[in-house]
Amino acid sequence: MTDWIDVLIVAIKVVAAFVIMLVATLMLIWAERKILADMQNRVGPDRAGPGGILQGLADGIKLFFKEPITPARVEKGIYLLAPILALIPALLMFLVVPIGRPFSIGDREITLQVMDLNVGLLFVLAVSSMAVYAVVLAGWSSGSKYPLLGGVRATAQAISYEAALGLSLVPVVIYEGTLSVAELVEGQSGQFFGIFPAWNIILLPSFAFFLMAAVAETNRAPFDLVEAENELVGGFHTEYSGLRFALFFLAEYINIFTMSALAATIFLGGWNGPTWDGALPASVTWIFPILWFGLKTFAIVFIFFWVRATLPRFRYDQLMELGWKRLIPGTLIWMIFVAIALAFDEFGAPWA
Amino acid sequence: MGLIGTFAKGLAVTFRQMFRPRVTTSYPQEKRVKPQRFHGRHVLNRHADGMEKCIGCELCAGVCPARCIYVRGADNPPEAPVSPGERYGFIYEINMLRCIFCGLCVEACPTEAITMTHLFEMSTTDRAAAIYTRDELLVNEDGSANHAQPEGPLIDLNELSISDGWMRATAPSGRAAYEGIPGWTPSAGVGLRPPEQGQAEPPEPEEDA
Ligand code: SF4
Ligand code: SF4
Repeated sequence: MTDWIDVLIVAIKVVAAFVIMLVATLMLIWAERKILADMQNRVGPDRAGPGGILQGLADGIKLFFKEPITPARVEKGIYLLAPILALIPALLMFLVVPIGRPFSIGDREITLQVMDLNVGLLFVLAVSSMAVYAVVLAGWSSGSKYPLLGGVRATAQAISYEAALGLSLVPVVIYEGTLSVAELVEGQSGQFFGIFPAWNIILLPSFAFFLMAAVAETNRAPFDLVEAENELVGGFHTEYSGLRFALFFLAEYINIFTMSALAATIFLGGWNGPTWDGALPASVTWIFPILWFGLKTFAIVFIFFWVRATLPRFRYDQLMELGWKRLIPGTLIWMIFVAIALAFDEFGAPWA
Repeated sequence: MGLIGTFAKGLAVTFRQMFRPRVTTSYPQEKRVKPQRFHGRHVLNRHADGMEKCIGCELCAGVCPARCIYVRGADNPPEAPVSPGERYGFIYEINMLRCIFCGLCVEACPTEAITMTHLFEMSTTDRAAAIYTRDELLVNEDGSANHAQPEGPLIDLNELSISDGWMRATAPSGRAAYEGIPGWTPSAGVGLRPPEQGQAEPPEPEEDA
């Protein structure tokens, strides 16, 4: 009897996560265009819906009804597979992110997280590096030079920044002593000195490194060499159109959303925040953790857009230099520093 | 530190822009004020009594650098003259796809027959429709003008009765003595157009600076 209810709960959670990501994507497309417009003193999209809020939906419907052209010289199978490969890791990554406080119905505890893996962070890192396969395969199978160049760049970029992404998370793992995302969030409840929220953002360099690597991982400006529209036409998705292009687009925005949600969860305390549990009835307070989570996620998403509006695209050698000469040594030094500091804290000085 | 400093400075610049006024507008609903001498679509004017101003002299066609005006003059029928002169332009076409809106035709015209207006919404889906003939160019007796596009949210036909400022420029040859004195004839529908503001007085502040 219990079994099928568990299955049902998981199924509902999966569908809910899917819906959240789709809606978030629609909102992000609109938000990005509005924020960029604001930063460039423009009005931005204002036709579809009030304030243009349905712009993402309009874009989606347009792409949906466009003809999916298959160029003559593509490697058919891989070409068709690549957009799906792009979307799957994007969707998977969000599954370990808790979006709110667990609650209980009867004697059953329900977490607002599709699954709490005990190796959650490793899962995220593993899945996020899968995303590059889609780009490389799309570039290679298109049978055209610009997508190929985009795909080659994606490989180099992924190798350089994947390491930095993983290394930037190690100090957090050492500090919190867990790889499970849910436990990370619990570890960040409470306050330092009674006033400051006990978020992992105190590991500030880690946060900065993670953000930089995350922007590079999602192939966003200023690291968007993979698509570089003014040198490579459209990069890896040059030969894609219609729904297949929409899948790449969707994957990109889901990646932004998930990376932001992860950054918010790992560094900004996730759904932690004041809930006024005593003062307000329980039917109201459950919403606050979700609100806090949403707010923090949006703050990080805003940084993504803000950086895009500010920085020009890196040159290829600058990209490599930043990755190999700054980010990776930086994260390594910081990791060793945190490890030594925590060891002192735990065991005392070796000479004492 | 230098790198992080420059980075922060750049981010501050873009962030500040969010609170600046917008330079673009929601176009068809909100149109920007055009400068007085805006070069838009042409019209062929009529005298106040309804006679056509064009005398079919072809000077505009001769001066046009884009060679986009085609005029054929014809003798006025004595019993029902179309223009006050000897001849009138019985064919008059402008190919708006070739026109560069330089306004030389307006300058060349001896009778102020052809002027430019403030309307620029002229896109078509058909090349032939971009060749404006007398049907569109010639204003009606009440001063209104026809337009090839149907009236839509984009098009404000009233703009067709705003003549371009060159026609109303004061002080020909830059002589201050002529300032404020109209040197042109009245047109059907609008009467005598007032002179453009002279240069002697302080110029009005720019609308959209
Ligand atoms: S505006 Fe210039 S290009 Fe256009 S018709 Fe007149 S003279 Fe020709
Ligand atoms: S518009 Fe003016 S210049 Fe052109 S033919 Fe008529 S009178 Fe002559």
